[in-house]
Amino acid sequence: MMDLKGRKVLVTGASGGIGKAIALELSSSGADLCLTGRNKSELENIQKIIGVNCPIIISDLSNSEGINNLAYQAQEIMGQIDILVNNAGITKDNLFMRMSEDDWNEVININLNSIFKLTKLLIKGMIKRRYGRIINITSVIGVAGGAGQSNYSASKAGIIAMSKSLAQEVGSRSITVNSIAPGFIETNMTAELSDDRREDILKSISVGRLGKPDDIAGAVCFLASDKASYITGQTIHINGGMLMI
Amino acid sequence: MSDTLEKVQAIVVEHLGVEADKVTASASFIEDLGADSLDTVELVMAFEEEFGIEIPDDAAETILSVGDAINFIDSAKN
Repeated sequence: MMDLKGRKVLVTGASGGIGKAIALELSSSGADLCLTGRNKSELENIQKIIGVNCPIIISDLSNSEGINNLAYQAQEIMGQIDILVNNAGITKDNLFMRMSEDDWNEVININLNSIFKLTKLLIKGMIKRRYGRIINITSVIGVAGGAGQSNYSASKAGIIAMSKSLAQEVGSRSITVNSIAPGFIETNMTAELSDDRREDILKSISVGRLGKPDDIAGAVCFLASDKASYITGQTIHINGGMLMI
Repeated sequence: MSDTLEKVQAIVVEHLGVEADKVTASASFIEDLGADSLDTVELVMAFEEEFGIEIPDDAAETILSVGDAINFIDSAKN
């Protein structure tokens, strides 16, 4: 188990399937957590499981004001944020030719722009303290593409590239910036897949099953730990072998 | 020596680890004092904290020397 005792962590999208697993794993590694998301009752459930002090903030990542409020509140409550897990993300799938500009913009805005804004606010303190971990949850789709997901894939590819640039800028301050690219994981997001599509996907996964949220959470904890201090600008692919690069 | 210069000097000396006598008004952070571009961002953050002012990103980009910083801080304080 990784030792994250005393580290202050903010996890976005914590009410989702992967977010919840990340929160529980970080908590069991000793980190002090602040959780944010849209689903209040689910966040409260996670808070109950964690038990100890685990503040939750209901946030709206769609606009700068919501993000400013989140960063302010999180730092106010936690004192500082050492580790930021940018996990929040949405899908608005449609064929490229049928995709509305609104659906394009909304996905880019929530999945990519919000990470730029929130990270910019929270990395200031990390630079000052000469320590930080930024862990961005991207997707296999951001690397391999996916029919019907041009907006989602663009946002997730953007995260990977942004992480690499930022990693180069802040490496000298002992801040690492990495991405984790899950494949198909059993969550509400993938529950929307049609049976046919699910069958097709399963055929392409060497391990022969969809991933579990816990498969992602362990890697987040590792990247957050001191053992990963020499890993930066990287993307860890966790996809059961559906894409090997 | 103005109060601002003295405080700016102290911040720059502490942050960049340079000799105080090198921190003259005309000294450029990057060319003369060996700062990297992220150091200049950090210096701006330190000035904001020390003087209780806000330096917007577009203004921060124009602060390239010790003198630039002093001028901006003095006008922001007034």
